[in-house]
Amino acid sequence: MRRLLKIYLEKPELAGVVFLIVLAAIFQHQSGGVFLNSFNLQGLLGLLPEVALVAMGVTLLMICGEFDLSVGSVFALCPMVMAVMLEAGSPFILAYAAGLLVALMVGFTNGFLTVHFNIPSFITTLGMLFVARSITVVISGGFPPMLPPDVLPKWLFTAYVGPGGMFRMSFLWFVAVAVLLTVLLQRTNFGNWIRATGGFLPAAQSMGIPTKKVKIATFMICSLLAGFAGTIQVMRLGAPLPSIGEGLELQAVAAAVIGGTALTGGIGTILGGIIGAILIRVIDNGLVLSQVDANWFKLALGALTVFAVIVNSWLRAKAKAIKVETST
Amino acid sequence: MTEPIIQVRSLHKWYSGVHALKDVSLDVLPNEILGLVGDNGAGKSTLINILSGTQTRTSGEILFEGRAVDFRGPRDAMNAGIETIYQYNSMVPTMSIARNMFIGREPVKYGLFGFGMLDTKRMADESVKAIADVDLHLRSPDALVGELSGGQRQGVAIARAMHFKSKVMILDEPTNHLAVKETEKVLGFVKSLNDLSITGIFISHNIHHVFECCDRIVAMARGEIVLDRRVEDTNMDEVMDVL
Ligand SMILES: Nc1ncnc2c1ncn2[C@@H]1O[C@H](COP(=O)(O)OP(=O)(O)OP(=O)(O)O)[C@@H](O)[C@H]1O
Ligand SMILES: [Mg+2]
Repeated sequence: MRRLLKIYLEKPELAGVVFLIVLAAIFQHQSGGVFLNSFNLQGLLGLLPEVALVAMGVTLLMICGEFDLSVGSVFALCPMVMAVMLEAGSPFILAYAAGLLVALMVGFTNGFLTVHFNIPSFITTLGMLFVARSITVVISGGFPPMLPPDVLPKWLFTAYVGPGGMFRMSFLWFVAVAVLLTVLLQRTNFGNWIRATGGFLPAAQSMGIPTKKVKIATFMICSLLAGFAGTIQVMRLGAPLPSIGEGLELQAVAAAVIGGTALTGGIGTILGGIIGAILIRVIDNGLVLSQVDANWFKLALGALTVFAVIVNSWLRAKAKAIKVETST
Repeated sequence: MTEPIIQVRSLHKWYSGVHALKDVSLDVLPNEILGLVGDNGAGKSTLINILSGTQTRTSGEILFEGRAVDFRGPRDAMNAGIETIYQYNSMVPTMSIARNMFIGREPVKYGLFGFGMLDTKRMADESVKAIADVDLHLRSPDALVGELSGGQRQGVAIARAMHFKSKVMILDEPTNHLAVKETEKVLGFVKSLNDLSITGIFISHNIHHVFECCDRIVAMARGEIVLDRRVEDTNMDEVMDVL
């Protein structure tokens, strides 16, 4: 037990991995072998990057001790800015850069308001959730802009690649971002500051870490990833709907939490966020394949989230108790 | 006569309505361990927070090694060689010992604009050495600080301060909430500062501890210094009387 707890503390995402394997086995059985066939996996992997990119950003921010509820709205706003500019005849590069810049600005605003007025990010980003969504709908003019044909570089973001067209390009982007973020968090001094800031703010401050700047930067990374994910979805669908990403913020938080990220900050891994996102996709997909009423999805997701938090905090409390024993 | 390592001249500190430090002047000599005592709210923490850069003074002057200094943040003080150890807040429990040792001062490879890849091997090696240097026995630099006892944590904080070659070590109630045995350990660290040629400022509410490990006692009350004696020239009763 002691060994297990130690492993758990070092790799909080492991519980999620175990659950994922169990779930995959169940769905594989229930669906009569359809779940793990290449056609279904292709579908799964095609949608995964969009949720996972958002979840990774939210995970990073939660490790830094903050929340972002506006990611779903940024997910819609960023591609909408891009689409509106494209419709007006601007070249793709410019429109794309403008979209991402808007995402960065939203992240900066979230971070700046949170750290300088010392308000919970739950509130600032809840406000931003409405503001960004509202702007999205307003600039869309009520219905999606008409994109000139062939203006989107789908080959770069959503085309199928690999053996048998197994992956979309977006999957490669997702892997690249995942590696980058993991290195950032685990292997760079900036990552150390993020974890210290979220782990115990007074300590980070007393060691001279610019915690405000660290938080603002992390808010910006989170927002940028949400915006990027949104552009991928729009390129996959071919049309920028102002309503995309609704509810995504909660799925992202759920993914982070299921993957072992602590709500209190300081604990968690990027891999955990990814595993949480995979679990969410798998549940959604597996329920459909098992021909269960799709409305059960939210129930399953909600139950799993609460379950994960309970298990995590129980394990942490347990681990703590053991530590106290051994130290005296 | 040796030149003081820290000279505080007519220091005042106002917190909106509160006059927390009233014209405080104090010389700290190199290599001495100064015990700072006083009732709750006497201004001890305020004084050392100004010395460690976490707060700014309202007026007055501070000289470090003979030169006027103006610390804008904890990093300035740390760079000058003043390291502060607080009761709780100098370690992140969810991070490893090695990472805690280097928070904010990480050795990096391939750095650019102050960002870079952590030199994790160096961090591990140097923290093992630093911890051994203070005679602390810990299994691994990868253990989480949250797994350590309170006394061990203070030991790591002290090892960290030594590793970064601090000249002055300020300890603000480092033994609060520690069990007797753990307290003994921390007091041992404080006493060992002398041998390491480090100047110590030790704040405690426990007068016995102060007499046990300090060379000089400074007592504060209501924002002023009310007593300043070498240990051999005073006794506990006199100190208790002025407080
Ligand atoms: N950040 C602050 N804002 C406003 N007032 C403060 C602040 N910090 C301290 N004070 C006030 O300044 C005075 C001195 O406080 P200080 O913390 O320096 O005392 P202390 O001697 O360290 O006390 P203790 O033994 O309780 O730690 C007190 O009246 C306190 O209320
Ligand atoms: Mg104090």
